Amino acid sequence: MTTENITIRFFARLREELGTEELTISAQPGLTTGDILAELAGRGGAWAQLKGDQPLMIAVNQAMAKPSTPVQGGDEVAFFPPVTGG
Amino acid sequence: MISIQTGDFDSAVEYAQLRSSGAGTGAIATFTGLVRDSGDMKGVTGLYLEHYPGMTEEVIGGLVDDASKRWDVRKARVIHRVGRLALQDQIVFVGVCSAHRSDAFAACQFIMDALKTSAPFWKKEITESGEHWVEQKESDVARSKTWE
Repeated sequence: MTTENITIRFFARLREELGTEELTISAQPGLTTGDILAELAGRGGAWAQLKGDQPLMIAVNQAMAKPSTPVQGGDEVAFFPPVTGG
Repeated sequence: MISIQTGDFDSAVEYAQLRSSGAGTGAIATFTGLVRDSGDMKGVTGLYLEHYPGMTEEVIGGLVDDASKRWDVRKARVIHRVGRLALQDQIVFVGVCSAHRSDAFAACQFIMDALKTSAPFWKKEITESGEHWVEQKESDVARSKTWE
């Protein structure tokens, strides 16, 4: 991975429904997690659920984040369903 | 100390280690969660637990720190299992040592309640007719918010 890339990870139900555990995208100036979600949702099919129809949690570099959280090259962004441990 | 592991744990061993927290400890509260036969679905035969390695430990560490700021916590232990679990298997252990029982109870319950809505674990219920991911419960969210 180069520092220009952003790693995106998916967990649990989302990982299974998207059929993808991890992908990388190129970093762009001013990019937010919400921008990434919108871009991925535009792929259609199972990806359309990322539009916000279902509850979703976001983490950037393993800390909880929001759709407005900025991301840059080298960051790890994760999207996952609400957690159900314990 | 925080452990995320596939293997089982021995509550007696954990309790004995908590007892070594020092002479100032006057109370130890522990909680153990087990796999039960019904949740979102009836006829559950087992669970599969997934987590986000690294982030999970960070989040639980933060919860223990929060608990230590709010109550007298001399020592805390959290164990959460991942992978495939059978009915009645132990899932989670939270143990807290304190000078007094009220702090030990409160810190233990806070860590457990907050863990359920903020630590990145996901449960999948397994039945004879199929598998499905457990949905987050409003009641768990409400319980967690009572500590805010």
